[in-house]
Amino acid sequence: MPNELPFEKPIVELRQKIKELKSLSVGKGIDFSEEILRLEERCKQLEEELYSELTPAQKMHLARHHQRPTSLDFIGSIFTDFIELHGDRLFADDLAVVGGLAKLNGIPVTVIGHQRGKDTRDNIARFFGSPHPEGLRKALRLMQQANKFGRPIITFIDTKGAYPGNTAEERGQSEAIARNLREMAGFGVPIVCVVIGEGGSGGALALGVGNRVLMLENAIYSAISPNGAASILWKDASRADQAAEAMKITAKDLLAFGVIEEIIPEPQGGAHRDLEVQAESIKTAVTRHLEELLAMNATELIEDRYQKFRKIGEFQFVSAEKASEPPALEAEAVTLDEASLKKNSGETLEQDKEAAPQIN
Amino acid sequence: MQIKDLFSKKKYATIPSERPKRDIPEGLMNKCSKCGTIQYSKELEKNLKVCSSCGHHYRLNAWERIAMTLDGGRLTQYDEDMESVDPLTFPGYEAKLEQQKAKSGLKDSVVTGEGTIDGYPVVVAVMSFDFFTGSMGSVAGEKITRAIEAAHSKSLPLIIFSTSSGARMQESILSLMQMAKTSAALSRFQGDGGLYISVFTDPTTGGVSASFASLGDYNLAEPGALIGFAGRIVIEQTIRQKLPDNFQTAEFNLQHGQLDKVVHRKDMKSTLSKLLDLHGVKKEESIDAE
Repeated sequence: MPNELPFEKPIVELRQKIKELKSLSVGKGIDFSEEILRLEERCKQLEEELYSELTPAQKMHLARHHQRPTSLDFIGSIFTDFIELHGDRLFADDLAVVGGLAKLNGIPVTVIGHQRGKDTRDNIARFFGSPHPEGLRKALRLMQQANKFGRPIITFIDTKGAYPGNTAEERGQSEAIARNLREMAGFGVPIVCVVIGEGGSGGALALGVGNRVLMLENAIYSAISPNGAASILWKDASRADQAAEAMKITAKDLLAFGVIEEIIPEPQGGAHRDLEVQAESIKTAVTRHLEELLAMNATELIEDRYQKFRKIGEFQFVSAEKASEPPALEAEAVTLDEASLKKNSGETLEQDKEAAPQIN
Repeated sequence: MQIKDLFSKKKYATIPSERPKRDIPEGLMNKCSKCGTIQYSKELEKNLKVCSSCGHHYRLNAWERIAMTLDGGRLTQYDEDMESVDPLTFPGYEAKLEQQKAKSGLKDSVVTGEGTIDGYPVVVAVMSFDFFTGSMGSVAGEKITRAIEAAHSKSLPLIIFSTSSGARMQESILSLMQMAKTSAALSRFQGDGGLYISVFTDPTTGGVSASFASLGDYNLAEPGALIGFAGRIVIEQTIRQKLPDNFQTAEFNLQHGQLDKVVHRKDMKSTLSKLLDLHGVKKEESIDAE
């Protein structure tokens, strides 16, 4: 598999040119240093231009890059004393989710993440990072443990989505996701989530109900994968790039919607270009947020998390139709048909105050 | 002349038939999608929209459900003027919303409010598949969250009738977050002892199935209702094998331990009433008497 993505081709070609010139100048003894310098300058400029203005589709491809660091890579670089723990105590150990105990700057924490495979064999064992119910229930078990012992929880989100299969359905994929959402809302310890690659749908959110949700610069997060959206909207999964544009899946979009708290910058060209630099910047951001959260007590943490999610969503109140209807008729009719039921529906919550379009 | 021309079919002229087509007014009859039995609409309505031949439960819209469930079909509606906006400026979303409103007569995919069931006061949220396939965007998430909060503050039982294709793609991440928002509200409500009965109706999948619908203290379902997380086609494409016929039905879910009970539509109201009674919910009259 090539390491460069299609949109990176101009840079690859330019680098190739520079390499050729260099070998030529060594081999033939001709001095190309001026040209090389110029080309290198051009290459640097091109890279800056390209990577500073990536399209959502290009970011999606970077987020899915086969060399992109996984949860275990980051766990190894950010934490010390990691002990991996296994199994949901109900059915199996799902390798699509990893988790355990570790220390962050000397503080014991519980760390959990979706885990993609490093090669084909590994990917098959890990279901390409798509959890079954047992994976989500393993995560829940570890989080309950963290809650009991008062340890902060750090999660890494990196999945195309919960595994779509008959075995997953039989064992209650929906219930497993739903339960994680509800239980995570109620834990009295700090929860910091980092979207490191692809945040796909319910399988991602099931590790994502945190006080703080951070996102790597090129990571994506959406209700359905762009491929899935394209196949539903246009009956054509190959139009994923187009769907990626429409669905507002980038970190920048999510910051604007108030869904995430911070964008963690990536090394130029993506996280896979420099694991250590990337791990360090994640560590710095997580540490900063954790310090703020550690100052809160359990009740405050639960309230903080509730309010974070409570305010997400955009809607409006439109009562113009009501005003245009003849008011006299409304008070009387008490029949079961739809229209009169609506008219007779009585008082609602402070509607008049919110008659103007509201954005929450 | 080519060989294939030898086999070409002779063309015949068609003469318009003299016999007039039988004149059946639109909507008088209904054909069951399951067994094909044709029934009078009036008859079907009397039978709570359940096929008298095979027991297939027809889909109901929110107002039909409310009429069947709440005393006198009376609902004091919450947030009836709440409507969707287009936060992602998603291509075609606004036009689709207008079309769905016109088609269903609803403003979004859920109706919420208060009413009584055999005198027991309840907060209900009723989803409607005929609005945007019951998909959950910001409005559905917000209305359901407000309904949960109302049940919490008024100490009333909560009943949610779900039917949905899942999160609404056109609001992508905001839709997804409604799953967390509604579940967090349930965490508080149920944590403080609130009673929540969830009723799955056909079909309930995706983000709704994977959030509040699966979190009832009691999870009920109508017979034959499709309940699952991922769609059948997606699964068949992923695992490349044929799935059993009853896959993801209410009965399948009951068998796999995901439901408390599958309840026939004619018994739904009495079952809910019984559950409310078993939790010592006070009837509205007796509250008045005090």
